[in-house]
Amino acid sequence: MKLRTALLGAAACFALAPAAYAERGTDGQVNIIYWQAVSTLNPYLSSGTKDVETASLVIEPLAGFNEKGEVIPRLAAEVPTVENGGVSADLTSITWKLKPGLLWSDGTPVTSADVVFSANYCMDPAGGCAQLARYEGIKTVEALDDLTVKVTYNEPRPNPYTAFVGSTSPIIQAAQFANCSGAAASSCTDQNFAPIGTGPFRVTGFRTNDVVQMEANPNYRDPTKPAFATLTVKGGGEAAAAARAVMETGEFDYAWNTQISPEVQGQMTAGGKGQFIYAFGTLVERIEMNLTDPSASLPEGQRATSAHPHPILSDLRVRKALSMAIDRDVLVEIGYGNAGRATCNLVPAPAAYASDNTDCLVQDVEGAKALLTEAGWVPGPDGVRVKDGMRLKLLYQTSVNAVRQDFQAIIKQWWNEIGVEVELKAIDAGVYFGGDAGSPDTFQKFYSDVEMYANNFDGTDPEPYLAQYTCEKAPSPATQWQGENINRFCDPAYDALIVELGRTGEMGKRAEIAKRLNEMLTKDTYTVVPLVDRGRLSAHALSLGGVVLNTWDSELWNVSDWYRIK
Amino acid sequence: MTDVAAAATKRRAPRNQWWDVWDQFKTHKGALVGLAVFFSILALILIGPWFWTQDPGYVNLRSRNQGFSALHPFGTDQLGRDMLARIMAGGKVSISVGLTAMLLSITLGTTIGVLAGYFKRLENLLMRGTDLFLALPLLPLLLLMVTLFREPLSRTFGPETGIFILIVTAIGATSWMQSARIVRGSVLAVKEAEFVLAARSIGTPPRRMITRHILPNVMSPIMVSATLGIASAIITESALSFLGLGFPPDFPTWGRLLFDAVDAMQLYPARVILPGVMISLTVLSVNYIGDGLRDALDPRIRGR
Repeated sequence: MKLRTALLGAAACFALAPAAYAERGTDGQVNIIYWQAVSTLNPYLSSGTKDVETASLVIEPLAGFNEKGEVIPRLAAEVPTVENGGVSADLTSITWKLKPGLLWSDGTPVTSADVVFSANYCMDPAGGCAQLARYEGIKTVEALDDLTVKVTYNEPRPNPYTAFVGSTSPIIQAAQFANCSGAAASSCTDQNFAPIGTGPFRVTGFRTNDVVQMEANPNYRDPTKPAFATLTVKGGGEAAAAARAVMETGEFDYAWNTQISPEVQGQMTAGGKGQFIYAFGTLVERIEMNLTDPSASLPEGQRATSAHPHPILSDLRVRKALSMAIDRDVLVEIGYGNAGRATCNLVPAPAAYASDNTDCLVQDVEGAKALLTEAGWVPGPDGVRVKDGMRLKLLYQTSVNAVRQDFQAIIKQWWNEIGVEVELKAIDAGVYFGGDAGSPDTFQKFYSDVEMYANNFDGTDPEPYLAQYTCEKAPSPATQWQGENINRFCDPAYDALIVELGRTGEMGKRAEIAKRLNEMLTKDTYTVVPLVDRGRLSAHALSLGGVVLNTWDSELWNVSDWYRIK
Repeated sequence: MTDVAAAATKRRAPRNQWWDVWDQFKTHKGALVGLAVFFSILALILIGPWFWTQDPGYVNLRSRNQGFSALHPFGTDQLGRDMLARIMAGGKVSISVGLTAMLLSITLGTTIGVLAGYFKRLENLLMRGTDLFLALPLLPLLLLMVTLFREPLSRTFGPETGIFILIVTAIGATSWMQSARIVRGSVLAVKEAEFVLAARSIGTPPRRMITRHILPNVMSPIMVSATLGIASAIITESALSFLGLGFPPDFPTWGRLLFDAVDAMQLYPARVILPGVMISLTVLSVNYIGDGLRDALDPRIRGR
C-alpha cells in the first residue's frame, strides 16, 4: 500500500512536471528595446508604432490578428461572423461577447461598459483621437448586457473588424479614464502613462521617452502565462545600437525595427548571440508630397494647411517627374537587401488588394526632365529649373537613421540631375514621430515640401488605411495637428469611393475598389511616392523562445507565449 | 661723435617684442610640432580641394565601400563618395566652426572678465551672471536653440550659412564662462601691481589702463583658453552632428563623418578612424600650441 502511494505520488509529480514549466513568472526578466522611446501608453493619443505596440502589452482589443493575418479573439469569447450570428445578415451591426470572468489588472471585472467607453473616448470630437479611422462610420456602440456589446454602423460594413480589433483600438478601463474624455485627454498624465489593462503585463514604472517597467499581470486570464515575471521596454538610441544590444552584447532579448544596412546585418548575425527575423507585411517606405504650402512666411496656423496650396508640388507633372527620377531597385540594394523589395503601391499586400502597378519601377531621368520642361520649369543658369522667377527647390525631411540618410543623399543626387535643388533635413526620430503638437518638426505638421518615412496598416483590410486620405483627416491646428492625411490630399471622388468601399460586401469588388484607391494616390496623382516594400526586420536573442513575427498586428502580439530557452 | 655712433650700432637693433615671443616659443618642441601639424591640416583642407577636385557629395553607386586605392586614397563610403574629398570638406567646416566659435567665446569671456575684474561695481552682477551660465545644462540648451532658431536662420541666410551662424553662436555663447573667470582672476592680481598704481598716479584713464597695462599682462591665460576653446568647439560641433542636430545630413563635417561610419565600424574601421584621427590631431596640436604660447607670452618665463 505504501509503495503504491509512493508510486502514485511519483506519477503525480511527473504529470505535474510539464505544468510546472509553464508557470507564470518563472522565467525572470525580459528586456525589450524600442529605440524610438515610448512617449505615452495611450494608443488613442499617439499614432507612433512604438507607443501602440508597447501599450499592447498592457491593454488589449477584443480581437487581434495572427501572423497569417487571420482575426483571432483576445478579450472576445469568439470572433463574430455572419455564420455564428455575431454579424447581422445586412452587415450593419456586429455583436461582440466578452469572455466571462475577465479581470482588469486592479482586480475589477471587465464589462461591456468599458468597451462602450473606449469607443466613445476615441470618437469624442474634442479629443483629437489618433486612431479615429478605426471607428469610422459607427452609428452606435451599445451594451446589451454586462458581457455583450453591439456596434451598429451607418451603412453595411463588409469588414466589421475595425473597431476593437488590432492593437490600435484597445479597450481602456472606463473607471480609470472617466474624467479624461475630450479635451482633457492629453492632460491625464497618470492614466496615459499607466493604463490599467487586461494584457499579460501591467505598468510599474514609466519614464516618458525613456523606459517602461512592467511586471506580470496577476489577473491575466491564462493563469500559466506570461512566463516572464518582469519586463522592461527601454527606449532611445538608434536602430544599429539596438540591434547590437541584442546581437552582440546580449543586453536585450528583443529589438524592434532594427533597420540597418544588409552588410552590417550579415556581420552581426555571425556573432551567434541572436538572429534577425523578417516578414513582409504592408510597411512601405515612401516619399510624401506636401500639397499645402509649408513656407515659413505664412503665419502660424495657416502654414501647411489647405488654405494655401503648394506653389510647386500642386502640379501633378512635377510630382510625377520626381518619382520617375528614382531607381527603386538601387534603394533596395543599398538599404534593405533581402528585407526589402521595390514597390509602386501604397498597399503592397495582401495579394488580393495589391494593384499590379509597376510603372514606377523603371527609372526614367530623361522622361522626368521632359515632363518638368513641359510643366514650364526650364533650367536656369546654375542648372536649377526656374518658372516665373521661382526656383525649383524642395526641402526634404526625414528622421535620423543611417539608411534614410543614404536614401536622402542618393535621391537628392537624382533630383539634382533633373534640375531640382534639394535641401536635406534630418530630425531625431523621437521628435519626428512624437506627435507633439508644440514641435515644428513632427511628420504630421509636415513643415517641409517632401518627407520620407514608412507606414503600414493593422490587419488585412486596407479600408481604414485608405480612409486616412479623406479630406477631413488632414492634420491642422484645429485638430491639434493630429490626423493621418499627412499630404492634405483632398479629392471628392476619392472620398466618394471610400464611402462606396464601406458599402461593398463582395470580396472581389472590394479588392477592385481598394486597388483603384491605391492607384489614385500613387500612379494617378503621385501624392504618395512609394519606394520600398519593407519587410519587418527585428532581432531577438537566441535564448528567447516563442517569438513569432507578426506583420499584421503589434509585434509584441504574443508576448504572453514568450519564454526563456534553458 | 664717432664713438657714440659706433656704440649705437653695436647696440642690438630695437625689435618687436613678438620676436622675443617667437624665440621663446621655438624652445618648446611640442608646440613647434603642434604648429607644424596644425598648419599641415589647414593646408590639407584649404589647398587640398584645389588639387583633389572630386565632389565630396557625389554618389557613385558603382564604387561603394572601396578600400584605399590610387583613385580614392582614403577609400569610399557606403554610397561611393570619396573619403579624402569628404574629409577635406568636413575639416573646412569643423575648423572654421572651431575658430569662429573660439573668437566669439574669447571676446565675450575677455570682455566680461576684464570688466568684472577692473570695475568693482560691475563685479557682482557680471560674475553672478557667469555663474548662472555655468549652471545651465549646455546640451539641452543647445538642442533648444537649434529647435527654435534653425528654421528662421536657414531661411534668412540659406541652410548652410544659417546653421553655421547658429552653431557658432550656440557654442560661443555657452563656452565663454571659464575664460571670463580666469581673466577676472588675472586682472584682479595685475590690478594691484605697482606699475598699475604708478600709471594710475599719473592719471591714466581706465580705458588706456586696460588696453595698455592690464590686457598685455593677462594675454597668456587668454591665449591658453582660446586654444582650448578651439578644441572644445570642434568637439561640441562633432557631438551635435553626431546627434543629427548640426548641419544638414548632406553636409560633411568631421563629426557627421564619424556618425555615418559608426554603423559599419567593424566592417570598415578606416571610415571611423580617419575623421577620428583628424579631430584628435587638430585638438592635440592646438593644445600644444596653446601650451607653447602660454610660456612664450608670459614675460616672467620669457628670456630665461
